[in-house]
Amino acid sequence: MPGKPRIATDWLAGCAGCHMSLLDMDERLLDIAQAVELTSSPITDLKHPPEEGVDVGILEGCINNSATEQVARTMRARCRILVALGDCAVFGGVPTMRNSATCAQALRRAYVESESTVDGRVPDDPELARMQNARAVGQVVDVDINIPGCPPPPEAILYVLSELAAGRKPRLSGKLLDWH
Amino acid sequence: MTRTITIEPVTRIEGHAKVTVHLDDGGKVRQARLHINEFRGFEKFCEGRMFYEMPQITERICGICPVSHHLASAKACDDILGVQIPRTAALLRELMHMGQTIQSHSMHFFELAGPDLLLGFDAPPAKRNVLGLASANPELALKAVQLRRFGQDIIARVGDRRIHPTFAVPGGVNKALRVEDRDAMLAEIPRMIGYVQEGLAIMRSWIDAHRQEMDSFASFPTAYMGMIGPQGALELYDGSIRVVDARRQHMFDFDGRRYLEHVAEHVEPWSYLKFPYLRSLGWPQGVYRVGPLGRLNAAQSMATPLAQKEYQAFHQLCGGQTVQGSLYYHLARLIEDLYALERAGQILEDRDVLGTDLRASGDVSRPEGVGVIEAPRGTLWHHYTVDEHGQLVKVNLIVATGNNNYAMSRAVEEVARAYLVGDITEGHLNRIEAAIRAYDPCLSCSTHAVGSMPLEVAVYDARGAEVLRKARYGGL
Repeated sequence: MPGKPRIATDWLAGCAGCHMSLLDMDERLLDIAQAVELTSSPITDLKHPPEEGVDVGILEGCINNSATEQVARTMRARCRILVALGDCAVFGGVPTMRNSATCAQALRRAYVESESTVDGRVPDDPELARMQNARAVGQVVDVDINIPGCPPPPEAILYVLSELAAGRKPRLSGKLLDWH
Repeated sequence: MTRTITIEPVTRIEGHAKVTVHLDDGGKVRQARLHINEFRGFEKFCEGRMFYEMPQITERICGICPVSHHLASAKACDDILGVQIPRTAALLRELMHMGQTIQSHSMHFFELAGPDLLLGFDAPPAKRNVLGLASANPELALKAVQLRRFGQDIIARVGDRRIHPTFAVPGGVNKALRVEDRDAMLAEIPRMIGYVQEGLAIMRSWIDAHRQEMDSFASFPTAYMGMIGPQGALELYDGSIRVVDARRQHMFDFDGRRYLEHVAEHVEPWSYLKFPYLRSLGWPQGVYRVGPLGRLNAAQSMATPLAQKEYQAFHQLCGGQTVQGSLYYHLARLIEDLYALERAGQILEDRDVLGTDLRASGDVSRPEGVGVIEAPRGTLWHHYTVDEHGQLVKVNLIVATGNNNYAMSRAVEEVARAYLVGDITEGHLNRIEAAIRAYDPCLSCSTHAVGSMPLEVAVYDARGAEVLRKARYGGL
């Protein structure tokens, strides 16, 4: 792609560990910062991807409520290439363990039955997002590139960004998939 | 005309949140709320798992402080086995915890909150971030990156992985420390201490230049809670829990395993994050604060020499009065960062750290186990109930950020009342976020059962028509 690729990132239902792995590029981060243009991201104060669009959108985490679904749909609409970063985004990951119970059961356990809770009730204010079963990003919107791992190694993230910046489609293999 | 202002998402914090502010007819703030907007349900879906899986599962609650959950979980597992872990195992767990404290505190100061202080609350939002900081002061940015790298490196040298390590197991740990890893870590500590001291110097000069803001910004009385070791010194890995009142007068100490006797949680319908309080005082009289400010107020000293000097200077800052302004969290955090580096050095100098007695064995001997630790953001509890085979029947978690839920909401309200008068600028809205940011909330943690904070503000008139929208969209 000509010029510096424009990038936007966001996190859905997850643990932020994939963004931490991005920061784990350490000193290389300062070089990457020169090679790409970072727009909206949890680490900047730009709240949403620019309306005119970005080259690469990166999403961490899975979709488990109306708010995360909306973030994913907006990112998809505003990016040319969508990257699912980490196991939660790629196949749902740990948060999908919740699907074995109903949302109502999980809410009841946390807000009513919990040993430390007094006079509990399930939060239901209209300002709160509506819960859904946890799903991978690709189950809701089209994903172009998957980077698996919990979290993926920083080398895998660096490789994908470098290939995209060079106008090539990244093909993860070997050690880059060996995140354990 | 009444109006509602919504800030969503809040950025440069971990997780998902939004703020709503209701203004009355006269334009005065009637109500301001911090809504935590996500729920993952770990407490429910861990039921039926084996207890020994929990150190691996629960670290997925948070990628910023996975070590806190890893270790609190392992301590709850030790409790179920009813064993005392070997000294070497305790030292190595604490060393890993110091690594996490260093990376988390350093990242928060330099990469998340720092841009507000170093570039200004009113700096253009497109520049007010760590990359803006890197352009303004590349040398400092490099040091910030290296400091975080060092903390992560400790975690990886001890437990093989930087994020979500597989190290602590019920009864101890699964890997001895190698001499070359010890030596490599020890060699870097003096330089890293220098970097934190630079951060402290920056923070102190900021305080000098903004004294009034420091003392008035989201400043309010609460009780404080933190772990203590011998002689009431600040402790992060293991000790009893101390509670002091708003004037730092000692209230009581308790064994963290008996938390249900002392701490209860209140639920508000407008947030997925519960509100812990002191059971003896009730809700809301029993609210308290945790984390760096909570710990520095609860503790009587710090156990390492450089941190102890900083601790004394800290308590002289407000003329001997309790330090209670929310922005002082930043200073307290850096003092703890210094402590963690010094303490890591002490542990590495201890001969037992290279020991090979790593694990106490045992079977399920108690139906319940509680693990408590001081996570970077405050006191963290894991409480498991198991059947005779060790299969989990119940899981209850009180997470560090949750303890500060009342304080963050109060901080939002105080700042909204102080700044949302007349013309509302983007800088004013950023101050509301900065009030939350001072607590370094980790909303993935808090919404294990929660989630993320970016910013959008919409103002509606009484009939719901939008009259003003301010948002920060992409496009640097």
